[in-house]
Amino acid sequence: MTGTSPPLSAPFDVGFDYTRTLGPVLGPFATALRDGRVLGIRGTDRRVHVPVVEFDPVTGDALDELVEVSDFGTVVTWTWQSRPSEGQPLDRSFAWAMIRLDGADTPLLHAVDTGSAEAMWTGMRVRIRWADERSGSITDIACFVPADSATASEPEAPAAASDAAPVTTVVTPIHLHLRHSASAQESDYLRALEQGRLLAQRCTECDKVYIPPRGACPTCGVPTTEPVELPDTGTVTTFCIVNVPFLGQRIAPPYVAAYILLDGADIAFLHLVLGCDAAHVRMGMRVRAVWKPREDWSTTMENIDHFAPTGEPDAADETYAHHL
Amino acid sequence: MAVPDVAVVGFAEAPNLRAADATTNGVEMLVPLFEQVLDELSMTRHDIGFWCSGSSDYLAGRAFSFIAAIDAIGAVPPINESHVEMDAAWALYEAWVKLRTGEVDTALVYGFGKSSAGDLRRTLALQLDPYSVAPLWPDSVTIAALQARLGLETGMWTEREMAEVSARSLRDGATNPLAQRGHATDADALLAEPTLADPLRAYDCAPITDGASVVVLAAADRARELRRDPAWITGMAHRTESGTLTARDLTRSSSTQDCSKAAGTDGVAVAELHAPFSHQDIVLRRALGLGDAVSVSPSGGALCGNPMFSAGLSRIGHAARHVLDGRAEKVLGHATSGPALQQNLVCVMEGGN
Ligand SMILES: [Zn+2]
Repeated sequence: MTGTSPPLSAPFDVGFDYTRTLGPVLGPFATALRDGRVLGIRGTDRRVHVPVVEFDPVTGDALDELVEVSDFGTVVTWTWQSRPSEGQPLDRSFAWAMIRLDGADTPLLHAVDTGSAEAMWTGMRVRIRWADERSGSITDIACFVPADSATASEPEAPAAASDAAPVTTVVTPIHLHLRHSASAQESDYLRALEQGRLLAQRCTECDKVYIPPRGACPTCGVPTTEPVELPDTGTVTTFCIVNVPFLGQRIAPPYVAAYILLDGADIAFLHLVLGCDAAHVRMGMRVRAVWKPREDWSTTMENIDHFAPTGEPDAADETYAHHL
Repeated sequence: MAVPDVAVVGFAEAPNLRAADATTNGVEMLVPLFEQVLDELSMTRHDIGFWCSGSSDYLAGRAFSFIAAIDAIGAVPPINESHVEMDAAWALYEAWVKLRTGEVDTALVYGFGKSSAGDLRRTLALQLDPYSVAPLWPDSVTIAALQARLGLETGMWTEREMAEVSARSLRDGATNPLAQRGHATDADALLAEPTLADPLRAYDCAPITDGASVVVLAAADRARELRRDPAWITGMAHRTESGTLTARDLTRSSSTQDCSKAAGTDGVAVAELHAPFSHQDIVLRRALGLGDAVSVSPSGGALCGNPMFSAGLSRIGHAARHVLDGRAEKVLGHATSGPALQQNLVCVMEGGN
């Protein structure tokens, strides 16, 4: 039964704005970038590191001697990015290069805007093109350009704004785009939900019935295989009353989130219990699924809007005691 | 108390695929591997004293993704388990230490990753310095291309030498049924191909690979019970270089050289190297001081399949097989992690008792 159709998958984006404090070395480096200047730091061996490092890369000594370096530099090595991807410095093809700025001993990695790979070579002289708006980030350097290219059309880096507060934090948004796949077992379960059915599977080693079914029984380490159709009635094993509002909340609190053990299942799942006063929900309460209109069904547990009390007598403790 | 000797006694690898029909939690790839490697050793999962895995939440796109993989073990009753957010070669290091303490006498190490779920090259930008490099999103092929040109233009290696590495790997890959790619070719044919990220051509770069692998370790007498010819670990070391990419000499691998000295690599007949780019094979061979007589990455190596978080462990497993099968007396497996060979691990294994 499992795996008769390819597993379901869907796009899945994850993102987070990393906010980092900068400290005594990276802070002045970021502040200088915002003000249109580049700082390096002198290492234990007197080499000037650009970008700055907080600790010497060889000895591990804490470093503190900041040194201003030039906007001009020399390409040490390069490669060509023919199709830029999200977040990169330029949206047209460009060179990546390690550039040793005049006054520095170690190179900085950044983009060079030359239009074509033929215009790039190791040893070429380049200079910084500053971003119009700067916040204290490495992206304040928009890119590098050939040192002899025209400057007339470009904004000059404004003189250091001496009254502006030092930069102490940097925010880096990170966004990744994935394609999330369900397992073969989960796919069967989701396709059954689309038809209004609750499809569990039994582990053939321990006889436990899992809903959703699993790629591996967590007790036995083997995939569940034997399909089991379950009714849409069950028992509340445990619950909590949600009183706290939060971003994206769809129901006004207070409401009940409960673990529901479907009749015939060995594992409970989390769902909503509505249709009665939150204060009346209790362990052992018998509930039934309230489905959304059939035309709204798809491959999701959200087809069940919530569970509501059936009015039957409560289940005996021993019927769910092993599932708490 | 004497510190017990530790040996590799088993190895299994999933097919190296561009896109596996699997979830990012690795269960589908791991279940058959556990079965295969335990059957081969006539063991059950209850015989394993310690489990250790390597994988990455960034690759899976969710937090604590390795927890779901534990389902594949069947962790009831509770097991002795650990995880590293590194290639599983580093999980093997942890397991080796655990066995050396004498606390357990068997360990199963596994790594897995579904690189195809996301944009791998972009994801790998996140291992770069978060202040001055990662916000620019230079991808992993870019970083390798910058390293390759440094070597080319300072005379450390030539494009032909790089092509010869790729040709050797592709020919070897054709003999490995689990490899993602491999075919008969030569350097001339490869040099005629266009560049992907100048100066790198597609064949200079490891493919994007989904996969998993498993290594079983055992200590002293237990190893001898499980296997007639265990691959005894006689040296193991890992070293890390600066997290500042541009502060390193990218044309050499000082960390690999240090590992080589510490692990004692003289006299190896086979070296399985984790070199995701052709020029890195050259850097590693020099750092390890491997002569022409040494068979390098006869599995085809990472250029024929580079499943993130298990490719390094697989190198140790492939190397060990030469000892387990009695084909070599002394071998090494190498693993790398981080951008442009930042971190390296060397595991030396020998036959005999
Ligand atoms: Zn079971």
